[in-house]
Amino acid sequence: MRVGLFIPCYIDAFFPAVGIATLELLERLGVDVIYPLDQTCCGQLMANSGSQKDAAGAEALFVENFKDFDHIVTPSGSCAYHVRDHLDAIPQTPEAQKVRSNTYELVEFLHDVLRVEAFPWAEFPHKVGLHNSCSTLRKLRTAKASEIDEPFFSKPLDLLSKVRGIQFVTPSRPDECCGFGGTFSIFEEPVSAKMGYDKVADHHAAGAEYIVSADMSCLMHQKGCAERVGLDIRFIHIAQILNGDRA
Amino acid sequence: MKRIDHAEAASEFIAAKAHQEFHDRRLWDLRLKRDREARGIPEWEELRTLASQIKEHTLSRLSDYLEEFEARAKENSAHVHWARDAAEHNQIVYEILSMRRVKTLVKSKSMLTEECDMRPFLERRDIEVIETDLGERIQQLDDEPPSHIVVPAVHKLRGDVSTVFARTIGAEPGNDDVHYLAETQRRTTRPYFLRAEAGMTGANFAVAETGSFVVCTNEGNADLSANVPKLHIASIGIEKIIPRTEHLGVFIRLLSRSALGSPITQYTSHFRAPRDGGELHIVLVDNGRSERLGMRDFWYSLKCIRCGACMNTCPVYRRSGGLSYGATYSGPIGIIIDPTFNIRKYSNLPFASTLNASCTNVCPVKINIHEQIYKWRQIIAERNQLPFVKKEMMRVAGKVLADPRLYRAAISAAGLAIEHLPRFAIYNWLNPWGRQREIPEAPGQTFRSWYIERRSRP
Repeated sequence: MRVGLFIPCYIDAFFPAVGIATLELLERLGVDVIYPLDQTCCGQLMANSGSQKDAAGAEALFVENFKDFDHIVTPSGSCAYHVRDHLDAIPQTPEAQKVRSNTYELVEFLHDVLRVEAFPWAEFPHKVGLHNSCSTLRKLRTAKASEIDEPFFSKPLDLLSKVRGIQFVTPSRPDECCGFGGTFSIFEEPVSAKMGYDKVADHHAAGAEYIVSADMSCLMHQKGCAERVGLDIRFIHIAQILNGDRA
Repeated sequence: MKRIDHAEAASEFIAAKAHQEFHDRRLWDLRLKRDREARGIPEWEELRTLASQIKEHTLSRLSDYLEEFEARAKENSAHVHWARDAAEHNQIVYEILSMRRVKTLVKSKSMLTEECDMRPFLERRDIEVIETDLGERIQQLDDEPPSHIVVPAVHKLRGDVSTVFARTIGAEPGNDDVHYLAETQRRTTRPYFLRAEAGMTGANFAVAETGSFVVCTNEGNADLSANVPKLHIASIGIEKIIPRTEHLGVFIRLLSRSALGSPITQYTSHFRAPRDGGELHIVLVDNGRSERLGMRDFWYSLKCIRCGACMNTCPVYRRSGGLSYGATYSGPIGIIIDPTFNIRKYSNLPFASTLNASCTNVCPVKINIHEQIYKWRQIIAERNQLPFVKKEMMRVAGKVLADPRLYRAAISAAGLAIEHLPRFAIYNWLNPWGRQREIPEAPGQTFRSWYIERRSRP
């Protein structure tokens, strides 16, 4: 199985460790992973601001970089969602359609495609609060959202439960948005920051030592909020825990 | 016309800490009660689907159902009026009132009359208009529009209400006992029911097959408004039509559970015909609805039954308050309706959202609210209504991210190479980010350069 690895721009620049953990984890699981060197971004940044014409170049480049892969995997729920549901600033060629339907967020790829049963190398003896980003929760639907009346399921929790020593804590509003929201964090800064403060305080009050998520952008925002108010809580991407990072 | 600055208004709202925290808690509590009520009905999700289907069907044949409603209502001896827009609505109401020399109108809560700005129109013509819903009355006395479509004064603490009542209706200054305040309002409003020559209500549902309409309230004030004066005027948006009485069984079960987390409103009043010696006038109002019905991506918003569940669950709304939207309709549903009234004035509103989609998940008629918000952003960009800074940032970002070389130059060296990007772009990003948050530290190496060092293949 040849997998194209998509590392979103903010992970490339600010959180290379998350990209490395994703790559190493997939390799440990026997996947042939290739990182196309000319990749940049999926276009979400511009598209979420309504600027379809500014998104088109990045989207076309994305298709060009990933058109030859059976699967495209990314450690970012919002980017996976953009590619799959919103990569429409460009003509919908067969190549574009193929790329869109073959793109997976890491958790769903591990859970649904590889069906990983165990992470024998993983141990994380800490109390963690799981943050499901809105993209994974309500769009990719990797877990049950609190609004919907249906049986409980959670793909990230299924995976994390296979990690030795891990303990989970639950905040009072587990799936309230943290307020990142892409450019929302800039143009609606007052509300964004307030949502972030409330989110990290909720996890802290529940006793979380770490907040873990499949979306590093949410964590980047939450980390910025927690550091500013001096809250003792740490942040880690789910790929890092599953790859065996201890802390 | 000036754009509404939601972010600025939100900033002031958040600065009033006690108010914001109460507002957030109160509305979140409604959301939790809604969840509990929904869990109590095994077929909840089926009901939502059914409600959505009934509404979509009705909207697809709206003119037929409206004509059926009109015919039945006339057979019931009601007068039926058609209003193309807010101005026609207000004029029709004024003529009905002035021909009968009405000096005082008591009314129950109606977002439609807010939308039409009816109260000031009538007041300028010497007709006294009294809101009789408690929250709406508080807002009227404080000269503010409602901040929420179901709980209009939810942004106020009881101390605020005490201050307003002391200033306007002779309440004892400093007394913020809720029972005292409610009783004071009741005592001062009741005489108006007896004095008023006309009463006005809105409608939650209008049933085509019977020509009747239904008003759901918790205070009983709508029943007093409709039944004490001889003249009853009901203003009804044309999207309120449902085909049959049996469909009420779906909507009534969803409405109050979604809105307040209660199984049903205290009063579910059915109006069909004028009472003996009285008159019933129904004003069917378009005011942009037909145009909205013709919009490919946005007509679904007409399914709305005005329950407010999307507002209660919205993390942005709870932290910015309804008044920050500067429009009749606030919160998620407001974001997708308001731009149809004035795209420039409301062009910032679709950006007052994280696109978290909780609104879509609670909507009892399954409006795809977050997808419509996303679509509105495209319309706003296409019509050149993005603010200059945002437009330029997107243009630069689009250019850099479409070109691997520019991209690498931009993120190489110690993270963000400031010299490669226009200064304004950098500062417009970093300043708002850093105001209340730490800026992430750029590590020495990008993922890409690590990959080339460790994994490069011949």
